[in-house]
Amino acid sequence: MSAISPACSTPVIRIRGLAKTFILHHQQGAVLRVLQDIDLDLAAGECLVLHGASGAGKSTLLRTIYANYRSQCGSLEIVHRGRWLDIGRAGTRELLDVRRETMGYVSQFLRVIPRVRALDIVAEPLLADGMPGELARDAAAGLLARLNVPEKLWTLPPATFSGGEQQRINIARGFIREFPILLLDEPTAALDAVNRSVVADLIQEACRRGTAIIGIFHDEEIRARVATRLFRLQAQMAA
Amino acid sequence: MAIAGESGSGKTTLLNCISGRLAPDSGTVEFNTRHEGMQEIYRLSEPRRRLLARTDWGYVHQSPRDGLRVNVSAGANVGERLMAVGERHYEHIRGTTRDWMRRVELDPARINDMPATFSGGMQQRLQIARNLVTHPRLIFMDEPTASLDVSVQARLLDLLRGLARELSLAAVIVTHDLAVARLLAQHLMIMKDGRVVESGLTDQVLDDPQHPYTQLLVSSVLQA
Repeated sequence: MSAISPACSTPVIRIRGLAKTFILHHQQGAVLRVLQDIDLDLAAGECLVLHGASGAGKSTLLRTIYANYRSQCGSLEIVHRGRWLDIGRAGTRELLDVRRETMGYVSQFLRVIPRVRALDIVAEPLLADGMPGELARDAAAGLLARLNVPEKLWTLPPATFSGGEQQRINIARGFIREFPILLLDEPTAALDAVNRSVVADLIQEACRRGTAIIGIFHDEEIRARVATRLFRLQAQMAA
Repeated sequence: MAIAGESGSGKTTLLNCISGRLAPDSGTVEFNTRHEGMQEIYRLSEPRRRLLARTDWGYVHQSPRDGLRVNVSAGANVGERLMAVGERHYEHIRGTTRDWMRRVELDPARINDMPATFSGGMQQRLQIARNLVTHPRLIFMDEPTASLDVSVQARLLDLLRGLARELSLAAVIVTHDLAVARLLAQHLMIMKDGRVVESGLTDQVLDDPQHPYTQLLVSSVLQA
């Protein structure tokens, strides 16, 4: 595990007593208590790796932080525009601002948009932030080259790409903008050793710039390379 | 914003109330006008509300036949809205019309053709050009892709996404297709029996539905 870099001083995420329960109304009202009593602090420049068995709630925690899932109790605060904001109580417009400016999320699978070229999918976060098209596409091309995505694919929609190629498009899209907070849900699962290593480099560079990262990595090697700290999650429910 | 829900849940009625086409029994609808700030649209005079509908708003019907005039040319369909806001210069109207045909991926050489000679997807794009030519700030769409083949749907959705960003257009779109909502809308509202049962960011509502009806709706979709 690498040493904690000196940038790790400014807190950017503060979670207290967070719980996440799913009520399945069409499964006889089954209640799934996936997260309970989560306390977590994260500072700029840290890379926190979530650890725990399958079903322990790792992805659920990431999605709840991203406000993709709605939390029921506890507080989940992040620093947005220089102030603490409770994600669980923020309005939808505020959340869209948070996602545009403060917090990025790389899911396991690329959600393919029909007819949109790989290059434009990657450039989109920069375009949404107001960067001119040419500049944004140049940046996207640079990142795709670094992730060894063949140039002939850049102008094609990724619907027909392999799993590994789609995953690299997704990673490029997540890293193209320097978000203060980045959430990574197994971004390297479908990648070969060379590209896993490129992703590890990207993560470490982002942390050095001060990005706070929370990630899920099943690959032992990449976890050892990027993690500054582990966070253990235990399965909550007795079935 | 997308409004989703099953047939008969009141989606289109809500859209018509918001867009000034159907006066509600109670409650108010306000619109932030260009020059006079927030205005209750049902307190405006009929001519002023019509002017708003022609200039600041667009309305794309599910069936292009409801949104196009079938007895005049494609060009006239687009140019008509320009004339309605006072444009009188013939060459200018033709030029702008050709430009908008190009933007919605129609061949400008077909400017004199009648809408009936166009395919369903082309007619729908023509209807969109007709609506956008006056640079509205808000566009209402009632199931804009429902009458189209799947391959044609994707093209139209992509076009709408691009135009909405380029023109910083706000849109209220009624759809029963949750995939369309996911692709186009940041906000999603679920309706059942005339009420909104759930609303939020589109991905929240679809990935973590809270209301029993939303859970049923989301779990009933076939995953392709």
